[in-house]
Amino acid sequence: MWAYVGRRLLLAIPTLLGASIIVFAMVHLAPGDPIAAVMPAESSQAEIEATKRAYGFDKPLPVQYLVWLGRVAQGDLGKSIATRRAVILDVRDALANSLVLALSSSLLAFVLGIALGLLAAFWQGRWVDKASSALAVIGVSVPHYWAGIILIIIFSVQLNWLPAMGAADDPGILPYLRHITLPTVALALIPLGVITRVVRSAALDVLNQEFVLALRAKGLVSRRVFTHVVKNSAPQILTVLGLQFGFQLGGSVLVEAVFSWPGTGYLLNLAIFQRDIPVLQGVILVLSTFFVLLNLAVDLLQTVVDPRIARH
Amino acid sequence: MRRVVILLLTAAFALGSAGVALAQGTLRIGMTASDIPYTGGQTDNGFEGFRFVGYQIYEPLIAWDLSRGDRLAPLVPGLAESWEVRKDAPTKWVFKLRKGVTFHDGSPFNADAVVFSYESIKKKDAPHFDSYGSGQVSFRLASLTGITKIDDYTVEFETNKPTSFVPYQVCYMVIVSPTQWQKFKDWRKFAEQPSGTGPFRVTKFVPRERLELEANKKYWDAKRRPKVDKLVLLPMPEPTTRLAALRSGQVDWIEVPPPDSIPQLKGAGFQITMNSYPHNWTHTLRLDKEPWNNKLVRKAANYAIDRVGICKNLLNDTCIPATGIVYKGHPWFGKPKETYEYNPSKAKELLKQAGFDASKHPAKAVHLISTSGSGQMLPLAMNELIQKNLKDVGIDVDLQPVEWNTLLTRWRAGFHTPDNEGLNAWNISWNFLEPWSGFGRFFHSKAVVPVAVNTMPYINPEADKLIEEAERTFDVGKQNETLAKLHEIIVDDAPWIFVVHDQNPRAMSAKVKGFVQPQSWFADLTSVTVR
Repeated sequence: MWAYVGRRLLLAIPTLLGASIIVFAMVHLAPGDPIAAVMPAESSQAEIEATKRAYGFDKPLPVQYLVWLGRVAQGDLGKSIATRRAVILDVRDALANSLVLALSSSLLAFVLGIALGLLAAFWQGRWVDKASSALAVIGVSVPHYWAGIILIIIFSVQLNWLPAMGAADDPGILPYLRHITLPTVALALIPLGVITRVVRSAALDVLNQEFVLALRAKGLVSRRVFTHVVKNSAPQILTVLGLQFGFQLGGSVLVEAVFSWPGTGYLLNLAIFQRDIPVLQGVILVLSTFFVLLNLAVDLLQTVVDPRIARH
Repeated sequence: MRRVVILLLTAAFALGSAGVALAQGTLRIGMTASDIPYTGGQTDNGFEGFRFVGYQIYEPLIAWDLSRGDRLAPLVPGLAESWEVRKDAPTKWVFKLRKGVTFHDGSPFNADAVVFSYESIKKKDAPHFDSYGSGQVSFRLASLTGITKIDDYTVEFETNKPTSFVPYQVCYMVIVSPTQWQKFKDWRKFAEQPSGTGPFRVTKFVPRERLELEANKKYWDAKRRPKVDKLVLLPMPEPTTRLAALRSGQVDWIEVPPPDSIPQLKGAGFQITMNSYPHNWTHTLRLDKEPWNNKLVRKAANYAIDRVGICKNLLNDTCIPATGIVYKGHPWFGKPKETYEYNPSKAKELLKQAGFDASKHPAKAVHLISTSGSGQMLPLAMNELIQKNLKDVGIDVDLQPVEWNTLLTRWRAGFHTPDNEGLNAWNISWNFLEPWSGFGRFFHSKAVVPVAVNTMPYINPEADKLIEEAERTFDVGKQNETLAKLHEIIVDDAPWIFVVHDQNPRAMSAKVKGFVQPQSWFADLTSVTVR
């Protein structure tokens, strides 16, 4: 067990380093010289050279990378070109907002998706199954930014029930809930569809195995059979849940843009149009680190649920 | 248990009654900017920044009278009570300052504050030099070369030559509190707790999300003390987001509603205000590189644009077609030889004369445009139509969209930077509030980057002569005649693609009262009430 945990941890390191190299290289993919972009137009060549030296841009790339990595490790992600604030502050605030949104929408999608998926599997072919399958198809195929706009039209513009954009303007839990409701629903649609389908097929797989037949033959009540089915399909479901949560965090760009939700997606969108490379780097680095760690956590959780995995 | 029920009922009620439970007299505005304009004094985001941040928190020595909508907004005394050029030394201007004015932090406004603010823009080696703010505004103050404190309430500006444009430059320099700056000795921190003399003071600053201001109850001009208690500014670069926010009651006022929503908004009881103002929406062309270095191609482009179609069909009559820098009827319009109408066959003919040909020698250009922004109207939709218009006559334009403030930053640096080298034009809307903004900064050969913003560059000795003549003339009537002659020349040279003049549409809820839409880029928010 512990050897497995150690191995997984070690494997996460090269993945993270790879992500950091790509993020670092972004600066050099942008057209032009990054120094020229931040210097005033009237700067002389000597001033530009001096700035280059001051920021270490005169050193070879691998050295620059190591220096940068060292600073990142200390939480220094540089300064935003647009706001001149420390990137770490912007990313921290945005990440907190995105995490809340990812959690709320994942919670909604997980609870509803698992419930619908299990119901569909147990009553395969009946109306519950058909209804939940239809919902799942809608969830995965309707673009969530479009669904977001429709939600705004119905609940904000027509009914005037919920705010159309932004995070809470007034303190307190109620304004917060009012603001987060619509983005949560919009963002929950895709994972809801995916989870419903995966849970249904995972539960069906298990239901078709011989041991379920044996359990039933043994005379177990269906509630007890249900528990066994859930337990046996849990690893597969967990993997999907973990991945979906990661997607929620990184994939909310469009929903956050539609609702002007001040999260990482919104920040990323803004930074792209502002050509704000330090912010782009910061957001992508933090998100990819999160994704890697989340996968790791899911893998480890799986071995707890199903110890067979660690033995493979 | 009963208490829980009551609590739940209250919660349900509050959840249902959106936006009703707000304090009386809060004005919430959805701006087109994608971020809060810079609050440290010399603001960014173009004139929308001046409108909502620069001129609300701070004040210039010479201000705009925005109280009427039936005339072009004139200049009036602001923090200066009077000013005049010295008879014995025509490059020196004496400003008498207003007494008894205090900054939001309580410190007094005086000559030291004016010198401090000027140095923060112009004196690079001063500890209080604000490199960012200076970058925003120094090109608007190009004639000013120095300042001297005469006494506590008198300052003297010095210019590089005798010029009547001084008031037109001084009006863009806002005065910041030196006392507040000394607390931080850092402009970024000052910007988070700024202090000016304006009618509103900042109470809360959330970067990228919102700026909250409250009425300055001690504002020196009792007539202009704000009627609302609170002002909230929200960046909303997406037109549809602004519309939804207005209709859901999240804001009371939005800039530039999507034009096709205007009939529905009116039907639902919202107010739409419009007025003409000195605005032009153009593509400023690069004149030192193919294809726009050829006057025939530039004229072809001007004949290729369906301006009436843009205003009527795309923008629902929220603009008027532009055939020059200023509109017909403006004292500077004159009698240009060319009247650019929609004439694709003439455009094709001109392009052929210029030696361009779709197969052998196609005309190609890359234009930098914005996604939103002050005076930019609906840049994406409009530019797609313009791209198609130009394509129809044989000019291929590749549009590169960037965020508004980023576009401004890149424009100020000129075409000759690594980022901009591949470009052939920028799509930026300009003002012609006064002769310097309308002509001087763009069309004088000495106004090239970085002195001012002749980015094209437009080099024409005749234009230089007329600009200098206008600058020397203190008689407004004569100055107008000179500028009309200049305008005729520029229209004929077509250094820009002239497109439309905006009518500045804004939408407000029925609760907003007392707003007068001036013929200006700026707005007086002090007369507004929200009930």
